Amino acid sequence: MRPQRARFLSLAAAATAAATLAACSSSSPSPSASPSAAAKAPIVIGASVSLTGDFSADGQAFQRGYELWAHDVNAAGGLLGRQVKLIFKDDKSDPTQGSTNVQQLITSDHVNLVFGPFSSLITGPTASVAARYGFAMIEGAGGAPAVFDTPSNKAKHNVFDVSYPIVAQYDPLVNWIKSLPAGQRPTSAAYPIIDNPFTIPPEQRAQRTLQGAGIKTLYSKVIPAEAPDYRPAADQVAASGAQIVLLGSVDVPTVAAFMKAFQQQHYNPKILAATAGPDQGGAFLSAVGKANATGIMTANGWYGGYDNAQSRVMVAEYIAKYGGTASDINSDVAEAYSVGQVAAQAVRATGGTDNAKIISYLHSGVTLTSVQGPVQFNALGENLKPVVFVFQWQNGKYNQVLPVGAPGSGHIQFPKPNWP
Amino acid sequence: MGRELYRAVADGILGGGVYALMAVGLTLIFGVLDIINIAQGILVVLAAYLSSVLSVHLHLDLFVGLLVTIPVMFIIGVAIQWLFMRRLRGRERTSMSLLASYAVMIIIEGILYLGFGPDYVALNAWYINSTVRVFGFYLPYIYLFGFGLAVLLVVGLYFMLYRTKFGRSLRATMQDQVAARLIGIDVNRVAALAFGIGVAVTAVGGMVFGATNAFNPNSGYDLISRLLAIIILGGLGSIGGALAAAVFMTTVEAVVNIWSPTWSVVVFYAALVIVLTFRPNGLFGRRAVRAQ
Repeated sequence: MRPQRARFLSLAAAATAAATLAACSSSSPSPSASPSAAAKAPIVIGASVSLTGDFSADGQAFQRGYELWAHDVNAAGGLLGRQVKLIFKDDKSDPTQGSTNVQQLITSDHVNLVFGPFSSLITGPTASVAARYGFAMIEGAGGAPAVFDTPSNKAKHNVFDVSYPIVAQYDPLVNWIKSLPAGQRPTSAAYPIIDNPFTIPPEQRAQRTLQGAGIKTLYSKVIPAEAPDYRPAADQVAASGAQIVLLGSVDVPTVAAFMKAFQQQHYNPKILAATAGPDQGGAFLSAVGKANATGIMTANGWYGGYDNAQSRVMVAEYIAKYGGTASDINSDVAEAYSVGQVAAQAVRATGGTDNAKIISYLHSGVTLTSVQGPVQFNALGENLKPVVFVFQWQNGKYNQVLPVGAPGSGHIQFPKPNWP
Repeated sequence: MGRELYRAVADGILGGGVYALMAVGLTLIFGVLDIINIAQGILVVLAAYLSSVLSVHLHLDLFVGLLVTIPVMFIIGVAIQWLFMRRLRGRERTSMSLLASYAVMIIIEGILYLGFGPDYVALNAWYINSTVRVFGFYLPYIYLFGFGLAVLLVVGLYFMLYRTKFGRSLRATMQDQVAARLIGIDVNRVAALAFGIGVAVTAVGGMVFGATNAFNPNSGYDLISRLLAIIILGGLGSIGGALAAAVFMTTVEAVVNIWSPTWSVVVFYAALVIVLTFRPNGLFGRRAVRAQ
């Protein structure tokens, strides 16, 4: 009897400790309320975010972006005089858990609004759940066509992506490559693509365009996201000798694995770009090293040095709160912050949190503002006024380099320097 | 095609060494204690973080740092056994160990998130990105060193199990705990030391894992299913089997990857099913570690 009880107690203690730690890592903020706003019921906003799992780095950056926005709104007196209260649920980077979270947020927590999770992979199914309950899904990291083309969105039109449609992500880079004089233009390309709705559309589009421009494809394979070791695939890319590598990646470790393998194989492509990973600021540098990062490119709608008044304020607040520099800030922060900004404008314009009115308002053709630039939605909720830049890491700095001639675009390092 | 095949085989063999380093502790703990340590993945990550701390803050070389991380991991292993596993007895021992080690995993993951945050970390040393050219192939030093360490570790553990008094005590304990007690073996002490050693060797696997992959506190989840597959294929409890299975599976995977990355992942687990169909005890069988 005694050993069984002791065993039970040790397991219970373990479970309790585990639960306590989990709670610590997913606590939501308690913004200070002004006296006038505190008298009214708060506007409760729920979000399923990836606090653990494969997307935890992005998910936690997203949480910071939402928290920063809520802090700013509450410090300014709230929305319609009501404080904003955020409820976060950890989806563990799992679409099924994300759907469950959104359902619970709506039916159990009775939130007024739902904000989007990180990644197209999770946004698609969670938006369908939100549609079932008539909720708008304002989101910042679900730009894949698969998010907009769902039956639920075609019927309810509830998805609103404040960022750029990712299918066009590589367009500025591809256009620049095509514009190079024949003597300088690379002649071959490789497309290693991690299987994800976020990566495949822009990679395929870039491949089609570059092939049309006469740039030969030497490697084009979709690699399962479950693959534990990307070295064999990376070694194949290196062996192909392609002069351009457009990596379809969703996170930092994938890019780091390819870079490490390329370096080990003494393979120096003239252009190395990735769909995601290099945009994660200091998190990217800490994983790959400052010297190795030089020359690596990515495309995105925002960066810490973005010349936008709202962005400058947000960057200053972020640095004051979390430290670091503008280059260290993950673009996920701005995407999340933009979600809050667009939602706030809709709430103010409609005079409340009626989701039907908000959906109708956001589809009215109105142009809204955000730290990422202007936002206007088409019938499926894609941003019609996306701003897409190409960035390049240069000696530890994340610099805007394309489109050529755009405000803020600087010198592009081409070809990419050899590995140090 | 021939050249691609050779490269894939080289990638597979060297990658197998890294997985073997991570798997030997798991198979040792199961082999002698009948405990399925689900926390093995997070222990690998914990060891990688320890190596990172020593490297960044004390500027210790990663291999020199093992002189610190191996004893630390040993103490952590003994503590885990004493706190969570010691009371697990009887027929439910193995199944209950799944729950207990899962709790350990969540606790360590939570501590790592609190301590290090979600950002990815990578270990740095001159031999991580440096290579030696052999027959026209660039072979990274870190993988060569890792493979050499894996062989040394297997030989060392084999020697400990079959050529020392402690090894005899250990195997006797697992054959019959009552009889072991009757002949004067402190069963609890032996179990704690065995668990400690199993976790201590993970320090080596963690260091090499951290040197070859960017990692964060979540990285352990991706490891555990593959580590379990490796030790099952090798034969639960067989240390040499873990090395052989790791090399076999990563080589098959790398070769299939030439044609289809999608199928390479499938083949990894398909190989497990096929081998177990004909050899239900794995390549080397679980009885090996307990043999007299």
